[in-house]
Amino acid sequence: MVNNTKTNDFHKQQNKEEMKKQLITFATMIIFTIIAFLIVGSGMMSKMLAIPLLLVLALVQVAFQFYYFMHMKDKGHEMVAVMIYGGVWAAVLTVAALSLIIWW
Amino acid sequence: MSTAIAQKRSFAAVLWDYLTTVDHKKIGKLYLYGGGFFFLLGGLEALFIRIQLIKPENDFISAGLYNEMITMHGTTMIFFAAMPLLLGLMNAIMPLQIGARDVAFPFVNALGFWLFLFGGIMLNVSWITGAPDAGWTAYTPLSTSSPGHGVDYYVLGLQISGAGTLMGGINFLVTIVNMRAPGMTYMRMPLFSWTTFVISVLILFAFPALTVGLFLLMFDRMFGSAFFDVALGGNSIIWQHLFWIFGHPEVYILILPAFGIFSEIFATFAKKRLFGYTAMVFATILIAFLGFMVWAHHMFTVGMGPVTNSIFAIATMAIAVPTGIKIFNWLLTLWGGNITINSAMLWSLAFIPSFTIGGMTGVMVATSVADYQYHDSYFVVAHFHYVIVGGVVFGILAALHYWWPIMFRRILNEKLGKLAFWTFFIGFHLTFFIQHFLGLMGMPRRYWVFLEHQGLDMGNFISTIGAFFMTFGVLVFLYNAIYSWLKEEPAPQDPWDGRTLEWAVAQPVPHYNFKQLPLVRGLDALWIEKMEGNGKMTPAEPVGDIHMPNGSILPFIMSLGFFIAGFGFIYQTDTDFAYILLFGGMAIALICMLIRSLKDDHGYHITKEELEKEAD
Amino acid sequence: MSHDHSLNPETMPHNPEKATLEGKNKFLGLWFFLGGETVLFASLFGTYLALKNSTADGPTSEELFGLELVFLMTMLLLTSSLTSVYAMYHMKNNDFKKMQLWLGITGLLGIAFLGCEIYEFYHYIHEYGFTFRSSAFGSAFYTLVGFHGGHVLFGLCWLSAIMIRNAKRGLNLYNAPKFNTFSLYWHFIDVVWVFIFTVVYLMGKVG
Repeated sequence: MVNNTKTNDFHKQQNKEEMKKQLITFATMIIFTIIAFLIVGSGMMSKMLAIPLLLVLALVQVAFQFYYFMHMKDKGHEMVAVMIYGGVWAAVLTVAALSLIIWW
Repeated sequence: MSTAIAQKRSFAAVLWDYLTTVDHKKIGKLYLYGGGFFFLLGGLEALFIRIQLIKPENDFISAGLYNEMITMHGTTMIFFAAMPLLLGLMNAIMPLQIGARDVAFPFVNALGFWLFLFGGIMLNVSWITGAPDAGWTAYTPLSTSSPGHGVDYYVLGLQISGAGTLMGGINFLVTIVNMRAPGMTYMRMPLFSWTTFVISVLILFAFPALTVGLFLLMFDRMFGSAFFDVALGGNSIIWQHLFWIFGHPEVYILILPAFGIFSEIFATFAKKRLFGYTAMVFATILIAFLGFMVWAHHMFTVGMGPVTNSIFAIATMAIAVPTGIKIFNWLLTLWGGNITINSAMLWSLAFIPSFTIGGMTGVMVATSVADYQYHDSYFVVAHFHYVIVGGVVFGILAALHYWWPIMFRRILNEKLGKLAFWTFFIGFHLTFFIQHFLGLMGMPRRYWVFLEHQGLDMGNFISTIGAFFMTFGVLVFLYNAIYSWLKEEPAPQDPWDGRTLEWAVAQPVPHYNFKQLPLVRGLDALWIEKMEGNGKMTPAEPVGDIHMPNGSILPFIMSLGFFIAGFGFIYQTDTDFAYILLFGGMAIALICMLIRSLKDDHGYHITKEELEKEAD
Repeated sequence: MSHDHSLNPETMPHNPEKATLEGKNKFLGLWFFLGGETVLFASLFGTYLALKNSTADGPTSEELFGLELVFLMTMLLLTSSLTSVYAMYHMKNNDFKKMQLWLGITGLLGIAFLGCEIYEFYHYIHEYGFTFRSSAFGSAFYTLVGFHGGHVLFGLCWLSAIMIRNAKRGLNLYNAPKFNTFSLYWHFIDVVWVFIFTVVYLMGKVG
């Protein structure tokens, strides 16, 4: 029983530290979002510069969601990663096809 | 003991059992019955097509009905015959092969089946008011402007059954990842289980594109949106892309399980370990991977430009490499083997040359420049029937003969089996070989009539004669199934001296599959034990309580709800009365989901004592 | 209450959502489903990108979109993602009440988001006459954003069902996987929204 509470304390501590990381992740995501909206709202960048930058910001945010909020960085997520990356690959092909090789 | 009870049970009890079952073996059988029924229907449609084309300017069926026939034949055969027959085999065999007591989501498995069945019924109900007539590919704007409700039935039928297939795919994936028996590593899985895994991945990534495509078509036809309406800025090519992003992986979803089946059969009846197992696994994965990047080869003549066409042409030809690896591995498995030739083996042996012809014409049509000549001609028709009939249908028939003892406790009659094989095999080549030449002579596909004195008469006549041979073969197979059920003795366990785990299961297969999960010590798990003189699997666990899922009627009712809602969607364009069906059906389905969510379903346990008693 | 004692152990394991085979299956099944959803939304995004300039002389994306509302919606949904992380944090600490509280907040944020979206659509239709049927751009826009909204709505129904069902009996190994799969699904909705606000609204505003 004593042993049990000990491990519980240990896990609680672990969870707490994990939660701190999550908060940092969240803060970063919010900052990224604000930057993205600022870029567009202020009109400070040309289209050619703004669009790739917006996409990069979005991709980083999404990676944070997957790896931190959804725990893909943890152990036991190998098969999960395979399927998500598979889906992403199929998604990239689909979007590329529909934006590049449909003639008008 | 249990069979005696089964025979006494009333029809209603059996019906209720099948309506509520979540047992993967029974669901497998249901898939086979459903898929078999639609296969006969699709075959009948094919026969009508061939009779219409037996002579020049025939008027056996009208032009409109002919369009409906070709559309329904293609749609039915791909979505409602080949797919469910393969899913049925996977359901019945794959969990046994990997040493699992059940699939990961038995409830979802049942739901997948009922969605498929109701989707198939939905599609075929359209015969009453006018079937879809825009081809199985339903290209826009032909499909958006097709009058009546035919294409609406196509959309809803495929949408409902597609959802079921997606569920089936996820279910198989999780089963294989999480529920393999102790010692069954990925690289010890039999090829059929491997191909099940790989095609489930393909289902997972390919079907959503179809789902979206069908939604867009549905919105255009029923709710006035403008995706494909050029006047409002729509674009027809979107449909072609979405359809083929799904459609090309789909053909690999069909053929890869057949590859798995042949790998099992060749190894078993050549009494040899499968040659190049590792290469076979990686070839399968490579085919799946490449199969995702070649869809635009169906669209060479659309005008995507020479660069795009070249990229897709080369990617397509690359698939011939892993496929070639497989062909050579099968040949080398046979080489020097102690070969038994029976019906299952005949279908498998016939597959190799037939499929290779289809593969070679595949490389021909992949040559994008030459494809302008082949496109939409009978050459293409011949090509895809060589791969789909020569590959998938032969595979399904081989698998049925091979696994019939596990699924139905009978060995199919060999004489009838051989008769069916030879007539079907000869009929198949009669029907389709000549079509290559008809295509090269300029006969376009999907045409209702052709004119005489254009050199097409004899070829079409021969083709139709072949279709009758194939019909005869199918009927003999059906007769064989009934005959063996009534006249043959129950099959022994492991009649073929098998190599893989499914042959280590007691007959009749208990509903929990394995009393004790087996310990797998290598590839061809059972064969290893046989070679070491054990003859049976070593258990990996002591006899203990077995956890089993409860049966449920909810999957049936939920699917029925979507089925009813489908009619609502179709007819709300005509009458407001249909909204009752739409909302009523959706309500039924959603309430079923809610019940499923709220009502705890812990399943039940078969206790150790019961298990020990059953053994006596 | 569950009669199965193995589902109500004396002490909860560290990862209650993955302690049973059913839990592991649910976990993996939902992830694989999300892999498929990725392609589903990619198809919708692709369709949108193909048709975003097909306005048929109706309003363009630059004329339509206002950034203020979208920014608010983004903040609502991002925050709801964090609150569901908090809920899972308390689930792992076996603190059922706090988990329910944070899940409740997640739900409220989701409702607020959905409210904004409905207002936005209403605004477009009545101020600009920009509808599902007015142009290919309209069809693609409402379909993409609407599919996402539908996912939010479904998530809210799901959340209320499991919250109400388990309100009285607390956490056990049978329902922990359900909460966990919901939270994964909810994060995924957020992922999709990140792409929607970037690709549809921000890039639409840039031109």
